[in-house]
Amino acid sequence: MLVDEIRSVVKDKLEGLDGVVALAEEQGRITPHLYTPGDDLSTLTLGPRYPLALVLRDILKRKPDLRLGIVARGCQERALIELANWRQLSLDRVVVIGFPCSAELAAECRCALPYPNEIAAGEKVEGVQDRLLEEFRAAKSREERLAFWQRQFAKCIKCYGCRTICPLCFCEKCAMEQETWVTRGRLPVPFPAFHVIKAIHTAGMGKCVGCHACEDACPANIPLSLLYALLRQDLRSLFGYDAGLQRVGKPPVFKITEEG
Amino acid sequence: MPPISYSVTETVCCYCGVGCGLHVQTLDGKVLGVLPARSHPVSQGKLCIKGWNAAEFVNHTDRLQTPLVRVNGELKPATWDEALELVSSKLTGIAQESGPDSLGFLSSAKCSNEENYLLQKLARAVIGTNNVDHCARL
Repeated sequence: MLVDEIRSVVKDKLEGLDGVVALAEEQGRITPHLYTPGDDLSTLTLGPRYPLALVLRDILKRKPDLRLGIVARGCQERALIELANWRQLSLDRVVVIGFPCSAELAAECRCALPYPNEIAAGEKVEGVQDRLLEEFRAAKSREERLAFWQRQFAKCIKCYGCRTICPLCFCEKCAMEQETWVTRGRLPVPFPAFHVIKAIHTAGMGKCVGCHACEDACPANIPLSLLYALLRQDLRSLFGYDAGLQRVGKPPVFKITEEG
Repeated sequence: MPPISYSVTETVCCYCGVGCGLHVQTLDGKVLGVLPARSHPVSQGKLCIKGWNAAEFVNHTDRLQTPLVRVNGELKPATWDEALELVSSKLTGIAQESGPDSLGFLSSAKCSNEENYLLQKLARAVIGTNNVDHCARL
């Protein structure tokens, strides 16, 4: 079993670390967990997709001297690399214990890269082409696409969950909370400002790794991963950039700013 | 002692009757924030803005740390035993003097089903009044 192999890798790695962030399962409850040296690892599970990079980021922000491991899928490894590209954490403090996703999950996520750069155990499955993007662009005119997003965004209850759960949303002050764009305590949210701010500040800046955490957290079932995937596709064709694939000196948005 | 203690506690949101599952993160004994509970049967990993911020009050400086009892018009910190003793003697006194129906009990959507059951039980079986209502009708 893949999980057994990962448990044994975690056991070994824990000897040189302060802890390892992973998912734990007890009595049907799945929670993020920090395993420390000597802990019983029988509760460790690979679980569903989950933004563990967010948990690691928030711990390291407060305790930057720790050396931590993380049991990570491909998207979570990419989230950590992209956080490092944005100087939000130092990868020197992080040991990735990577594992590949199942073919089923890869299909569900429409994920082109369902495995991390470094794999501690398991076999890679093939990436999936996101057919939804082509279908969406082909089947709908510009006006229809606008109407589609208008309908989707009208469902929003303004929980800010998509922002709060995002491993790459790290700004101290969030533009989605600024009165200039978004009036406090009012629904519906301004169209399209509210969702476009989020989209541009994550996917549009080349930060979105496509982990689906935003969509999983959305009480209104807004297809955010589709919106961000469309933007990521544009970033790829315009700048040749995919978030979190590797450490880079500067993410593309800084190059644009410098070139004017 | 490990240099870090991080834990996640599953609990129920205290803001309304829906009862969404919360994962409250604690780092070195201090509440860090809330994550949605993916495996929770009610909320299935989704929360509203109140749930996302349900732990904000925990470390707030305005938060009461002990019960307060009014002595000569001034609120003074008290123990739970002192506060409950006072409430209980006042309620029994009023019920004896003016009858149980001179008292009313207001329950709350912020409480669990079980807590609301206990409140009406206290009203009906202990005090002896059917004056039970809900805070939303105040």
